Amino acid sequence: MELAEIGKSVRRLDYESKVSGRAQYLADMIVPGMCHGKILRSPVPHARIRSIDTSKAAKIPGVAAIITRDDILHDEGIEPYYGPVFKDQTIVAVEKVRHVGDPVAAVAASSVDAAEEALALIDVEYEELPAVLDVEAALKPGAPLLHEHVRIPESGFADLVEIRPVEGTNVCTHFKLDRGDIEKGFGESDRIFEDSFTLPATQHSFLETHACIASMESGRITVWSTTQNPFVVRTQLANIFKVPVSKVRVIVPYLGGGYGGKVYPKVEPITVALALKAGRPVRVVLSREEVFYTITKHGAVIHMKTGVKNDGTLVARKCEIYLDTGAYAEIGPRVAKKSGYTAAGPYRIPHLKIDSYSIYTNKPPAGAFRGFGVSQSAWAVESQMDIIAAGLHIDPLELRLKNGYEEGDAFVTGETLRSVGLRQCLDEVARSIGWSSKDARNAEQGATGRQGGADEPRARDIGDRKSDVPTPHREAAIEAPKPKSENRRTGKGFACMIKATITPSVSCAVVKLNEDGSLSIYTGTVEMGQGSETVLAQIAGNELGIPMDRIQVLGIDTDVVPYDLTTSSSRSTFHMGKAVQLAARDILRQLKRIAAEEYRVPEDQVDFAGGKVRLPETALDYADLMFKHFGMRGGTLVGDGQVKTSVKDEYGEKSTSAFWFLAAGAAEVEVDTETGKLRLLKYATAVDVGKALNPLACRQQLAGAAITGIGQALFEEIAYDGGQLVNPNLIDYVLPSLGDMPPTIDPICVEVPHANGPFGAKGIGESALIPVAPAIANAVYDAVGVRIKDLPIKPEKIYLALERAQKG
Amino acid sequence: MATKKTISFRVNGVEQSVEVEARATLLEVVRERLGLTGAKLGCDIQVCGACTLLLDGKPVSACSVLAVDADGRDVLTIEGLGGREGLHPLQEAFMRFGALQCGYCTSGFILTAKALLDECPRPSEQQIRDYLAGNFCRCGCYQEIVQAIQSVARNST
Repeated sequence: MELAEIGKSVRRLDYESKVSGRAQYLADMIVPGMCHGKILRSPVPHARIRSIDTSKAAKIPGVAAIITRDDILHDEGIEPYYGPVFKDQTIVAVEKVRHVGDPVAAVAASSVDAAEEALALIDVEYEELPAVLDVEAALKPGAPLLHEHVRIPESGFADLVEIRPVEGTNVCTHFKLDRGDIEKGFGESDRIFEDSFTLPATQHSFLETHACIASMESGRITVWSTTQNPFVVRTQLANIFKVPVSKVRVIVPYLGGGYGGKVYPKVEPITVALALKAGRPVRVVLSREEVFYTITKHGAVIHMKTGVKNDGTLVARKCEIYLDTGAYAEIGPRVAKKSGYTAAGPYRIPHLKIDSYSIYTNKPPAGAFRGFGVSQSAWAVESQMDIIAAGLHIDPLELRLKNGYEEGDAFVTGETLRSVGLRQCLDEVARSIGWSSKDARNAEQGATGRQGGADEPRARDIGDRKSDVPTPHREAAIEAPKPKSENRRTGKGFACMIKATITPSVSCAVVKLNEDGSLSIYTGTVEMGQGSETVLAQIAGNELGIPMDRIQVLGIDTDVVPYDLTTSSSRSTFHMGKAVQLAARDILRQLKRIAAEEYRVPEDQVDFAGGKVRLPETALDYADLMFKHFGMRGGTLVGDGQVKTSVKDEYGEKSTSAFWFLAAGAAEVEVDTETGKLRLLKYATAVDVGKALNPLACRQQLAGAAITGIGQALFEEIAYDGGQLVNPNLIDYVLPSLGDMPPTIDPICVEVPHANGPFGAKGIGESALIPVAPAIANAVYDAVGVRIKDLPIKPEKIYLALERAQKG
Repeated sequence: MATKKTISFRVNGVEQSVEVEARATLLEVVRERLGLTGAKLGCDIQVCGACTLLLDGKPVSACSVLAVDADGRDVLTIEGLGGREGLHPLQEAFMRFGALQCGYCTSGFILTAKALLDECPRPSEQQIRDYLAGNFCRCGCYQEIVQAIQSVARNST
């Protein structure tokens, strides 16, 4: 019997079914009578559809339904246009296809083979159009337009209501942030640094591809979906199929990974359309290749101009961010907004002029990916911090600490930042990798050989300044193995970040105290690997003193569980955790009242401890009190909890984010100067988690996010040839494996509690990913003195940069 | 034209006889015909390891093995590991060390680790890293996976 303690790594509730192979994922499920759906996709990046002929396909035995534009345009029961922010997507292409892989038609048949055979017989005649394949081309005057007109939904996300596309251009969103006086700021600066950075599109590559089963019964739509936000999918399906939300039921099993790639409708609309027409349940499971056509992470081009004082004080920043949002807006508008808000990084900069754009191009849609917006802006912000540090001969850690946000500072929006553990995160990763400036390291090692580039940062060891840094780690750094050969150089680098969570938002929870004293928890939080079931059970169990094995967390069914906006934005522990805590306290209130009534004592003499109701004369189990109350071994107490965040906080101040994420990372690398080959020797990641409710689960999230960051830093990249994806498979699109891991990844939980989180907890899922790429780039610079500004940091880029530096 | 063939093989110690299409993969037959869905389709091209099964004790990517090639052979799936007495030590260790998050890769990792420990009961950390480099864990539990396997190896006699 494991107690539901807080701050203890209790065993996860989802583990036993997962290690024994019994856990059910969507592709493991079968609904009686179901057909199999397959999707015909565009082979070209941009074309007008002249005609679609399905007559041959319809003759294939077993075909139950074929969907083309005719079905969605001429059906009064279908609204053809949808999308989470703008209504620019359709179930299948209507007039044009806008990217390779854009759905054109779909077939449902009694077998996968029959569906595929029918797909191959659909004749589509395309009239190819010029395509825009990057953000520069998309912004040129006279560039071909992807969308002549973008439809705006009547209602949408509260934080995006004012955002609109720029008509007559390929600009999907333009987010502006102005603060202070930019020209005055540059005028007051001693030095100005100007750099451009790029990063490519990448893919989530969850091992479970998107999938959906749709079924119709008595005018109701039921879908089993691999979604991270069942209630958003419910609303969107209700809008598309013109029924009230009460006529749509969304069921979500365990997800085989999400990472942002499973928010908002993906394969659900097309599956429902097939099931409607077939009159039978239909299952669609995307292939690996199709996932690459469904969602990607925004690639970006970022220009950053920063003015500083000679002492390292940041004064002014002008920044333009161009995010490649692909053919459909998806959540691109929010990505632009978040990039813009974080273009100043976690630093006080009085004068800002930020322009952040999401741009339509003829590529697969880009959307949410773990830490979206910030992982793009931070690549530029944190790389440039080290460029500035080198230019001013200031220790890069010191430069960050000097300018970094502290408790009570004003964010770029003017609002006050509370619960800010940035400094602690930086100190922790510095300690973990044994940071000392290169000068100090050379002196300590008595190195005589020349190391690194010509323009090295020169500064004091932070240990001189901060005497409370424990020494063993620094000694370990001194004793670290020396480079094995003349050609290998080691280096260390840092990065840090600030990020917001989606605000405003709503999470509701219901808990049920059963007649035997066990507890059932009902929430819309999707268990996709992050351990939410366990943490929610810990919170409720801790409030009520009920052990883990007497708590069950119910699976998601929108007919059953109360509303939750989304499982994303690292928001569940903070929001749903709090809602569950409030629901558990609601139960305690009811128990107190019942006990007072049944035993005729004042309520203030009723207490709780160890899962029992304590009265002046006696103590009894919840089950016994319920027995006394209901007069039989039956009955249920239901507790409910609600959390809503607003654009204003409890102090009446503007609130862009219900809480803020602060994190830092540090890398140690070895670079071979002959080949450019980079080896990651160590990576340390520190995240201000508020309170580690389940420390092992926290460390998993931190290390896991860091590993995703390592992939994006070192090799992940969707490659295009024209508008064609060259590598939509897991051989050519390389994921990090054990062979790519450094000997040590050190996940560190910093705990600066937040007043509104359950037990002070904040969110943790995304933060650790964001600093990885700039930390590694900064470590490469520290090692060999070359600056890589375009991700991924491949050996050939380092090699060529070294060659240029030598010639230069 | 679908050519069919009847194959007989032992799956988790039980004799099975199934009529399969000649082109059916072992993964399809195990998942769809035998209802053993612990092995997952991840990449479909033999690189991610989510579909790993043990064929005569050796790890194979079942997405890329024809079912007919399993005729007369012995197949172990995650459902056959452990048994009535409880979970296999590797399954226990994966839970104790937190060697999984979403769980989609887990059956593949555990079966590959079993093959490693059967071959080499006391592997070095480097041997573990090399042997499992063909399995992807996108949630990133690599450190915990290595620790879990090391703990089982340490406790083996």
